[in-house]
Formats: sequence, C-alpha cells, structure tokens
Amino acid sequence: MDFLSDTLILSRMQFAFTAIFHMLWPVLTTGMAIYLVIVEGLWLKTKNPDYYYHARFWAKLYVLNFGIGVASGSPMAFQFGTNWAPFSESVGDFFGSILGFEATMAFMLEAGFLGIMLFGWERVNPVIHYIATILVAFGANLSTFWILTANSWMQTPAGGEFVEGKFVVSNYFEGMLNPFMIKSVSHMFLATLETSLFVIGGISAWYLLKKRHQAFFNRSLKIVLVVAIAITPLQVYVGHLSAEQVYHYQPTKLAAMEALWDTIPAGESADWSLLAAPNNKMESNNWEIKVPNALSYILEFKPRLSEPVLGLKEWKPEDRPSMVGLVYYAFRLMSGIAFVFVGIMVVSVIQWLRGKFTPENLANQKLLLWAWIFSAPTGYLAVESGWIVRCVGRQPWVVYGQIRTADAVSNLPAGNVLTSLSIFLAIYTLLFFSALYFGSRIIRKGPNFDLPLPGARDEETPLDVNPAKHIPNSRPIN
Amino acid sequence: MESLDYLLPLVWFAILALFLFMYVMLDGFDLGVGILSLTSSTEERRGILMTSLSNVWDANATWLILMGGSLFGAFPLAYATILSSLYIPIMIMVIGLVFRTVAFEFRENSDNKFFWNVAFGIGSLVATVGQGFALAGVIEGIHVDETGHFIGSTWDWFNWRSIIIALTLVQGYVLIGSCYLIMKTSGSLQETHYKTAKIASITTLLGAIAITTVTPIFSIFARNRLFEEPFIYIFSAIPIIGLSLVIWLFISLNKKQEKIPFILTILIFLLTFVGLALVVFPYIIPPTITIYEAAASPSSLVFMLIFIGFLIPIMLFYNIYNYFVFRGKVSAE
Ligand code: HDD
Ligand code: HEM
Ligand code: HEM
Repeated sequence: MDFLSDTLILSRMQFAFTAIFHMLWPVLTTGMAIYLVIVEGLWLKTKNPDYYYHARFWAKLYVLNFGIGVASGSPMAFQFGTNWAPFSESVGDFFGSILGFEATMAFMLEAGFLGIMLFGWERVNPVIHYIATILVAFGANLSTFWILTANSWMQTPAGGEFVEGKFVVSNYFEGMLNPFMIKSVSHMFLATLETSLFVIGGISAWYLLKKRHQAFFNRSLKIVLVVAIAITPLQVYVGHLSAEQVYHYQPTKLAAMEALWDTIPAGESADWSLLAAPNNKMESNNWEIKVPNALSYILEFKPRLSEPVLGLKEWKPEDRPSMVGLVYYAFRLMSGIAFVFVGIMVVSVIQWLRGKFTPENLANQKLLLWAWIFSAPTGYLAVESGWIVRCVGRQPWVVYGQIRTADAVSNLPAGNVLTSLSIFLAIYTLLFFSALYFGSRIIRKGPNFDLPLPGARDEETPLDVNPAKHIPNSRPIN
Repeated sequence: MESLDYLLPLVWFAILALFLFMYVMLDGFDLGVGILSLTSSTEERRGILMTSLSNVWDANATWLILMGGSLFGAFPLAYATILSSLYIPIMIMVIGLVFRTVAFEFRENSDNKFFWNVAFGIGSLVATVGQGFALAGVIEGIHVDETGHFIGSTWDWFNWRSIIIALTLVQGYVLIGSCYLIMKTSGSLQETHYKTAKIASITTLLGAIAITTVTPIFSIFARNRLFEEPFIYIFSAIPIIGLSLVIWLFISLNKKQEKIPFILTILIFLLTFVGLALVVFPYIIPPTITIYEAAASPSSLVFMLIFIGFLIPIMLFYNIYNYFVFRGKVSAE
C-alpha cells in the first residue's frame, strides 16, 4: 500500500474522484436547461398548459442536480490551489483568469436568475420569467465554454510560452482559441445535451411503459426525439473530429487510445483495433481483434496512410501514458454508446414515420421503451469515459508537453490528502445514493397538475409583484 | 507604465476585497441562519428559516467562488501558497459547504426533514469554523521563503488565538443571521431572533475585544502596523466607532426595529473588514509577500479587468433585483 504515503498519487486520486463526481451533475443541468427553455417557449407560444407542467416537473429534477453540482463544484474551485499549487502558480496568469471569467460571467449569472426561474412564477411576469430561464441556460452553457477553454489549453497550450517554468502570456485570445478549444467545446456541449435528452427520454419512456400520464410524456419523448435526430449523428461526427485533433497534437494519447505499440509507417494501411488486452510490461497486446484498414479510413479516409501513426514504443515509458488499457477501453465505451444513441434514434424515427409513435401504440412496444430507459444512464458513462480518455491519456503531463503532473503537485503531508480523500469518498458515496433515492422519488411521484397556472388567479394583474405567501416547510413552488 | 504597475495590483486588491466582503456579508447571514436552525424548537420554524434562504443561497455562495477564481487569476502565487499552506482549514470549510448545500436540497425532498436539517446546521457550523481558522492563519502570517513558497508546517494555523477568531466568526454570522431573520419573519419567530441577536452582539463584541488586544501581542507585523503613522489614528478610531455601532444596534433591537439592525450589523462587519484589510495591506501573504510580488503580469491584470470589471455593476444589479423580487416576509400560514 505504498500509494497511501505518496502525496502525488493521493492528489491525483482525489482530483480524479472529485472531478468524476462533479461531472455527473452539471451534465444534466446544462443540457436540461436548454430543454426547459424549449418547453417554456412552447408554453408561451401555444398557451397549452401541458408545456407549463413539463417546465415545472423537470425543474424538480433540475434543482436536485443543480444543488449537488454547485456543492461538488466548490471543492474543484479550491483544489487547484490546495493540491496543485506549483501548477497554479506557473499557469495562473492565463488559466486563473479563465476560471475567474467562468465564475463572474457564468456561475453568477446562473445563480442570480435561478431563484426567479424556480420560485418566481407568481412574482414576475411571464416574459421576465422566460428571460430568467434563458439566462440560466445561457450561464450554464457559458460555464461549459470557459471550463473547456481552460482544459483545452492544458491539452494544447498556446498564446505565450513557458519561461523558467512560468507561463508568460503574449496573446490571450490566441490562448483561448487554442487548437483544441472549438472542437472540444462543441463535443462537450453536445455531450451534455445528448445525455440530458436521453435522461428525459428514458424517464418519459418509463411512464409510457407504466401507462401513467401517457399523452403528457409522449409529448416530451417526441420533443427529445426531434432534437436527437440532429444531435446524435452530429456527436459522432464531432467525436471523430476530436479524435483527429488528438492524432495531430497529442500522438502519445492517440497511441494509447488505440493501444498501438509499434509505429505504422506512412504508405502502409492501418488496421483498427476492435478489442485487445494491452500489456504494459510486455509493451504489446496479449491478443487483439482488428478490422483491416479501418484506422487508415478513420484518420485520413483512404486505404493507405500518408503520414505515420506513431506507436507507444516511440517514447520512453516515462514520457507516455501508463494506463493504456483504461484509455483504450474508455474510448471504445464512449464511441460505442454514441452508436447506440444513433440506433435508438433511427428506430424511433422509423416507428414515428410508420405512425406508431402514439401513446397507445408505444405502450405495446416494450422493447423500444426499454431501450430508451436503459439509454438514460449511458450518457453519463460516455461523458466520464471521454474525460478519462482526455485526462488519463494526457499523462504524464498536466499541461501537455510542458509541465509534468509529478512537478505540479503541492508539497503536502500525505496524511492530509489521505484524510481529505477519505472524507470525500465517504460523503460523495452518501450523496450519490441519496441523490438516486430522491431522484427516483421525484419520478415516482410524477408531475403535479394541481399547480395553479401563473396569472390564472388574478387575470387583471399579471404584473403583480406583491410578495406571495410562502408555505412553511416547502419552497413556494411545491 | 510605472504607475500602471503600481495601480493594477491595487485595483485588484480592492476588487478582491469587495468580493470577499460581499461573501462575508451575504453567505454570512446564510451560514448564520444555518447555525441558528440548530436551535429551532420545531420543524415548522426550521421550515421557515430554510424558506427564507431558498432563492438566495446559491448566489450568496457564488461570491466565494468569484473570490477564489479572481484570486487565482490576479495573484496566482497567493492563491497557490495560501490554499496549500492552509490545506486543513480550507478542506474543513469546503466539506462543510458541500454538506450544507446538499442537505438543503435533500431536505426539500425528504420525509426525514430532521436529519437533513441537522446536517444543514452542522455543515454551516463546520464551514464557518473552517473559514475562521483560515482567516486566523492569514492574519497571524504564513511562513514562506522570499519567493513566496510555504516553509511552515500544516498545523501552523491552529492555536488558542485561532480558536478565538473562529468562535468569534461563528458569533458574527449568528448575529447577522438573526438580523436577517428579524427582517424576514414575524411573530414569535421574530421575537426569538431579537433575543439571539442581542446575545450574539454581546458575544461578538467580547470576541472582537479579545482579538484586538491579543493580535498585536502575538503578531509582530500587526503590532508594527498598528503604531505606524497615519494608521494609528484610524486604528484608534475603529474601536470607538465600532462600540458606538454596537450600542446603537442594542438600542435598535430594544426598540424592535426591523431593518435597522441588519444595516447596522453590515456596518459593523464593514468596519471590522476595513480594519483587517489595513492590517494586512499591502501584504497578500503576510508578513512577507506584497500584492506587487504576488500579482500576475500587468497584461493579465488588464485583461481580467476588461472582462470582469464591467461585470461587477451588472452582477450587483441583478443580485439586488433578485432580492427585490423576493422582498417581504416569509410567513407561516
Ligand atoms: C454523450 C457523450 C459522448 C459521446 C456519445 C461521445 N463523446 Fe467523445 N467525449 C465526451 C463525450 C461523448 C466528453 C465527455 O464530452 C469529452 C471529454 C472531454 C471533452 O471535450 O469531451 C469526450 C472526449 C473525446 C475525445 C478525447 C479528446 C481529448 O482527449 O482531447 C475523443 C477522441 C472523443 N471524445 C471521440 C469520440 C468519438 C469518436 C465518439 C463517437 C463515435 C464520441 N467521442 C462520442
Ligand atoms: C476543465 C476541467 C478540468 C480540468 C482543468 C482538469 C484538470 C486536471 C488536473 C489538474 C488533474 C490532476 C493532475 C493529473 O493527474 O494530471 C486531472 C486529472 C484527472 N482528471 Fe481532469 N480536469 C478537468 C475535468 C475533468 C473531468 C470532468 C473529469 C472526469 C469526469 C476528469 C478526470 C480526471 C481524471 C480521471 C484524472 C486523473 C488522471 C490521472 O491522474 O491519471 N477531469 N485533471
Ligand atoms: C475540473 C474543473 C472544474 C471546476 C474547477 C469546476 C468548478 C465549479 C464550481 C466552483 C461550481 C459551483 C458554481 C456555483 O457556485 O454556482 C461548478 C458548477 C458547475 N460546473 Fe463545474 N467545474 C469543473 C468542471 C466542470 C466541467 C468540465 C463542466 C462542463 C460541463 C462544468 C460545468 C459546471 C456547471 C454548468 C456548473 C453550474 C452548476 C450546475 O449547473 O450544476 N464544470 N463548477
């Protein structure tokens, strides 16, 4: 148990664990916020109360996730300083500024309008309420933009250079527009949206299967499907672009993603490995199943490579990622899930075109509904796997090619980190299961159709901002 | 250019002070209400306390994140050194905040409200204590070499003086929390908080007196600062103004005024804050590293100022708007 006294390993474990946990929640809140904007817009346009009740119902799951997202985000904001002090000091000029922008532009905007979005239905007029909802969604997605800008910069640092270990910025916009930024932001944006869509779709399918509120949830499933038609194939394409940029800028990561030990020279055809058992010690794969020529097509869309694909053995073991198997399988899991999503979307669209996507018809298509239900958690798996590819594949660097992870860690007594890590493990496990419990409770309870429509109580003064009564023991909404 | 190099870190020190003050004031009452909820006798009362925070807790807590992010960008060295040297208090604070935030959400959905309420209260208390210890660690000074790297031990922040500071911060938050509840509630609940406010104002005062007498004895740099010219006049004025404000607060509580106590408490917080800032300034890692040594490059500071500076009034505006929309009392039907 040597690692228990190794601050570096413990800090890495703590960062990985807290980041993976944090990631679970904003995924839904950023994506679902867009869905809430859609249904509230539909409500304002059509005046159909169903859309209003959709906004109210999904918002309950939204708040639950939001709370845990904020809570687990605060440790992230401090961890760069507590556990990665040398890193913070050397890249603070750029990286710190970006995190500062995220807080001021994105978090504050979201937090400032969240109260109105959740509890303001009776207190502000519908247009102002809608603006608040849009600003919350905008803030959430802006935070994706900034955090991915910061992380992309760690993958492909640009806009300045390292002088005596400190990053000196020469051009901020070049740093922000680093080579990875645009595609990574797009891929992450689509990932949050896609995951949220399949969560909403999966839950809707569950109600259809249980024959509860069928017409109501058929509506949300249809909204999800319409958006998914565009999103699911697009995500495969953008994912492909992400892999391409890794190929160009981070050859060590690409080699790990493909568990490729020996370089494939230019002019040859490259096979794509479907499954393998990478073996770090032997520097080879114990066994491997390959698809002939597929890698050449994936990377360059032709049978023979014009540039070599470098294998892991090109680098000394200390200069390349060590957890090859993890990166390799995480990548396959993520891509596999992308195709599952496309598949579910295609089958559903076909059923729709055949006129079989009505509530009555769907109740009998158990297989399709179960496919939707099972797809609900897979988005999270894809997201976490994607981050594992990105962060573990970047090793041994924290800033690719510039700062080694080993040099970035704070000089702390291992006992401190072990204690904090253990507390995080305990608390987050409790939170995770509690969240599942409360989430499923909200779902089992279902939508509350007794809520008054805003303005219905007093038609004459829809602009009324007089303080409404609060009900003790619950928020004014419930 | 010269004067810009001088001015920029100063401006950023002021902005960070603003963010920190906003945090201490707003999350101060938020945490204070959390601690007070531990003393509420019934579930109904706790429910009202929680409702009074439901639309504001997130924005309040975000000022801390704002402060952290801006410190990271504007004074990377201070962000790195302070947080890593105060690892334990920072983690105590963070873990307390995690627990309280989540307990707040879960309580809403749970039948076992009591359990999550206690979690919320204890989380608030733990977070406050962590903040108090961190504050004490900074005030007493952090052992660093001349490049600003930490050379002390991880327990430097822990002694009887830091315990006094942490306890006083708890009292201060309870005070401002009580005054917030006086504004937001009515009836017997309001009565209770007139009482807690009175008690807390006394305990806070005692703590403040203890800290002001003890700190100069134990911290050489604080002592030097206190007796420096023009500061000595300011420092002799602060206790006098402070004491008058506390007396006024007491009178106002006795008269059962509703809004004035909250405003007075804010003024007391502000005064303490100015006092502390003057003790620390121009150091950001006292007693060694000044804001000039820890600052990011001037171009970074300008860049951040362009993006963040113009947002400050906007942020203040929509935060005030949020409070405006939800003004009025939270009442039990
Ligand atoms: C719903 C989620 C989801 C889905 C279906 C996919 N991805 Fe993904 N992927 C992510 C969610 C994600 C992510 C979590 O959002 C990552 C992590 C960091 C990032 O920018 O995006 C990511 C990263 C990521 C990376 C690593 C980039 C880097 O290391 O810099 C690659 C190469 C891919 N993806 C490629 C793909 C391919 C080829 C896919 C489909 C065939 C695919 N992704 C589907
Ligand atoms: C923009 C956001 C992120 C930044 C700036 C970031 C940065 C970092 C840093 C500083 C480390 C520690 C040093 C290291 O081990 O390399 C790390 C490691 C790690 N992060 Fe990320 N990370 C981000 C997002 C995420 C997310 C959302 C996840 C997971 C869902 C994640 C997964 C990991 C993992 C698994 C490691 C451990 C890698 C290892 O030690 O082998 N990261 N990242
Ligand atoms: C590892 C680096 C990360 C850090 C330091 C970090 C930091 C934080 C912090 C401090 C909060 C709380 C904000 C508040 O008080 O309102 C938060 C919430 C949030 N984070 Fe992260 N985060 C990280 C990774 C990510 C990633 C990769 C995303 C991308 C989607 C993300 C998206 C969000 C969003 C949207 C919120 C708002 C709360 C919510 O909607 O649930 N974060 N994060």
